[in-house]
Amino acid sequence: MTMKKHPVKTIFSFLVLVCFSALATAGVKIEHWTTATGARVYFVETRGLPMLDVQLDFAAGNAYAPPGKAGLPGLTRGLLEAGAGDLDEEKLAERMTDTGAQLGGGVDNDRASMTLRTLSAKPERDAALSLMRTVLSAPTFPQAVLTREKERSIAAIREADTQPNAIAAKRFAAAIYPDHPYGVSATAESVAAITRQDVVDFYQQHYAAKNVAISLIGDISRSEAEAIANQLSQVLPAGGTLATLPSVALPESQMIKVAHPAAQSHVHIGLPAVRCGDADYFSLLVGNYSLGGGGFASRLMQEVREKRGYAYSVSSYFYPQLLAGPFDINLQTKRSQVNDALKVVNDVLITFMAQGPTAKELVAAKKNLVDGLALRLDSNAKLLGYLSTIGFYGLPLTYLDDFPARVNAVTIAQVRDAFARHVPREHLVTVVVAAD
Amino acid sequence: MKFPISLATLLFAAVLPAPTFANPHLNTFETTLPNGLRVIVKEDHRAPTVVHMVWYRVGSMDEKDGTSGVAHALEHLMFKGTKRLPSGEFNQRVAAAGGQDNAFTSYDYTAYFQIVPKGALPEMMQLEADRMANLAFTPAEFASEIKVVMEERRLRTDDNPQAQVFEAARGAAFLAHPYRRPIIGWMNDLEHLTWQDAHHWYTQWYTPSNAYVVVVGDVDHREVFRLAQKYYGVNKAHALPERKPQNEPEQKGWRRVSIKAPAKLPYLSMLWKVPRLRDVHKDRDPYALEVLAAVLDGNDASRLAKNLVRGTHIAQSAGAGYDGTVRGEATFTMDGQPAEGRSVAELEAALRAEIAHIQEAGITPEELARVKTQLIAGQTYKRDSLMAQAMEIGGVEAVGLSWRDIDLLVDQIKGVTVEEVQAVAKKYFKDDTLTIAVLDPQPMDAADPKQPLSPAVKTQH
Repeated sequence: MTMKKHPVKTIFSFLVLVCFSALATAGVKIEHWTTATGARVYFVETRGLPMLDVQLDFAAGNAYAPPGKAGLPGLTRGLLEAGAGDLDEEKLAERMTDTGAQLGGGVDNDRASMTLRTLSAKPERDAALSLMRTVLSAPTFPQAVLTREKERSIAAIREADTQPNAIAAKRFAAAIYPDHPYGVSATAESVAAITRQDVVDFYQQHYAAKNVAISLIGDISRSEAEAIANQLSQVLPAGGTLATLPSVALPESQMIKVAHPAAQSHVHIGLPAVRCGDADYFSLLVGNYSLGGGGFASRLMQEVREKRGYAYSVSSYFYPQLLAGPFDINLQTKRSQVNDALKVVNDVLITFMAQGPTAKELVAAKKNLVDGLALRLDSNAKLLGYLSTIGFYGLPLTYLDDFPARVNAVTIAQVRDAFARHVPREHLVTVVVAAD
Repeated sequence: MKFPISLATLLFAAVLPAPTFANPHLNTFETTLPNGLRVIVKEDHRAPTVVHMVWYRVGSMDEKDGTSGVAHALEHLMFKGTKRLPSGEFNQRVAAAGGQDNAFTSYDYTAYFQIVPKGALPEMMQLEADRMANLAFTPAEFASEIKVVMEERRLRTDDNPQAQVFEAARGAAFLAHPYRRPIIGWMNDLEHLTWQDAHHWYTQWYTPSNAYVVVVGDVDHREVFRLAQKYYGVNKAHALPERKPQNEPEQKGWRRVSIKAPAKLPYLSMLWKVPRLRDVHKDRDPYALEVLAAVLDGNDASRLAKNLVRGTHIAQSAGAGYDGTVRGEATFTMDGQPAEGRSVAELEAALRAEIAHIQEAGITPEELARVKTQLIAGQTYKRDSLMAQAMEIGGVEAVGLSWRDIDLLVDQIKGVTVEEVQAVAKKYFKDDTLTIAVLDPQPMDAADPKQPLSPAVKTQH
């Protein structure tokens, strides 16, 4: 157990920058093609280590849950590993572990992911990929496992509903996305309502070749990558027509206070702001570095933590998604001083939007974002994150090569203009959990 | 002597130029500067980046009662200015280089790191060498930063029921050994910590002979050694305070504690005292304990998930862990949340039954093979991450082992037998060395929203 100087924001460093970063500096070559079944494939050959990473991203995230069935996407993804072909969940886990491979994945608003890390030597690789193929193509969805996993899911929801950070995140999503799937969280009731048929239908509908981006990186050739992508995609269900998500509307500005006995208030301030691929993203990314994304280089960290000692963690980020993803300023502070902290945060935001960033801040932001690219690309695991996001969101491959130029082209006027349009303050929602 | 590398060895090294050691197979190289600072370099040329870490062999276990948390507080203060560098400049310089940086404090050590494009390494070494010797933080900066640390404690522990259970379990398990104190410190100690306490900590412990530098990445080790001499070589070494063993007296009977906090599910943590790794060649039990932990909770097919979460569904979650690479006392932990409708007592019985079953019937050859397969594959996977490789080197060095032992540690685990695993299960899992800590969940409406809950620790014996 260790304590760190400042919290590591995995969401920020992984997903936000992933969306628009460059491989150019590391000389990485992305190959891209589409299989006969319609799966989009993204491949990087790296021969440095005898290993292979594979990720499949399906348009099967939480936003696609039918009304009243929130939680179905997560349950479906989890139950893929609950038995497949003639293997029950125990045999499946044993066989996969015996190959030395690691199966992982998860669900967010937009996508459901399955990842596989395996040794690239043919016996291990073939065995692991064969199991992955079985899991993807022939899940058995046993009723008993569904019943158990529903119980576990409901217990986890009830537990999370007692914890201030989880309450704050859920209330914030609900408040900035009223009447939209992005704002809906699973409840004990919505999970209880899920039937095995719902799971089967969701799988048949969403886990289709035409709905998937396949990313591969590691110690294999292009022809081997093609064979793997074909084998994985040709056994997927036919799939149905993907539902179009409703458009996102801006919320009414409001302050939501939630009672909780915690020592600290948990605060979120924000609204729906930007989608993946938006042309303004570079202006927002560069600007947010100075506002709250750049750690100790940011104004929020300087004013809230360094000058006043109000918080251990304070930051802001844009989280682009298929539809407008959130802009979120968040912090935790001793409950008796939360109003003082809120005033500081709001003053910083108002000043930044009116006058910031300074020329000096702009240079510092660009320098960190451009020069820091190399270390965001220095492992297969990090590259896989980029590949899968590029693939899933259909970003043009040149987007990456252009990254340094796009960052360097941003002007102060563009930052102010982009913030004014994407962060309209009259729509900002504030959530305070453990408010007095 | 507790550690293979003794204080005397380090001070001796301070007056003699040390040879350079190399292991071409591992691409790892080591030298010791005349001031006693050791420099370990692992060359990895896959990408044009580098991890630079400075580890100080001092952690919360070296603190005294009344000033708990000072090791971690000083870690925060290391990001203030030096005699040459204005306050806040350290972070700005790292950011301007396109880098990322952070630091961490453990019971056993305090470490600082930067991940940077390789061209920035000399500047990072200059910055770290400077704050190793020339840190200068003002009383005003201390007063502000200690408030940040208190917010960190509220976030990590005071509002985190499972962290409170962890804190209470350690507090009950150790009476004499400093592992009884939380790394972040007691809140009351933080409230009374002074600038002098932090400054004294720095002047006592931050010296080249109590530190080592770990560099992993796209570098030439000879160039790194040259830069190390240039930047770190100018720092003067001084003697360290005496470290007393503070060994824990033998535990003679189980201990139980409970914590009340707002939550829905109870949580149970069971902690047995077990040996740590002392002699990488001769020890056997620590390796067998590693395998036992992995058979219980090391992979997707492990027993706790299979039997307690999936099979009987007594548990919402269940885990097991052993860390034998520590300077102080090692523990073997089993923990978990009972499933809704099941009690803590049922979960405790189920966890005990898992141990009892291995005591009686042992583990299967298939389970052992599975653990070893994952271990061997993991040796390849870890090389994908520069940070993981640097952490591994730094972690073993922190407890007095050597990076040269890393492959041996893996080989030793590969040699563990089913009989050895059964033997350690029989030998160490007795109630007399057991501490059990339980979260007693409180309904939210029962708490007065105006009053932050104080973590009330109830002790039975």
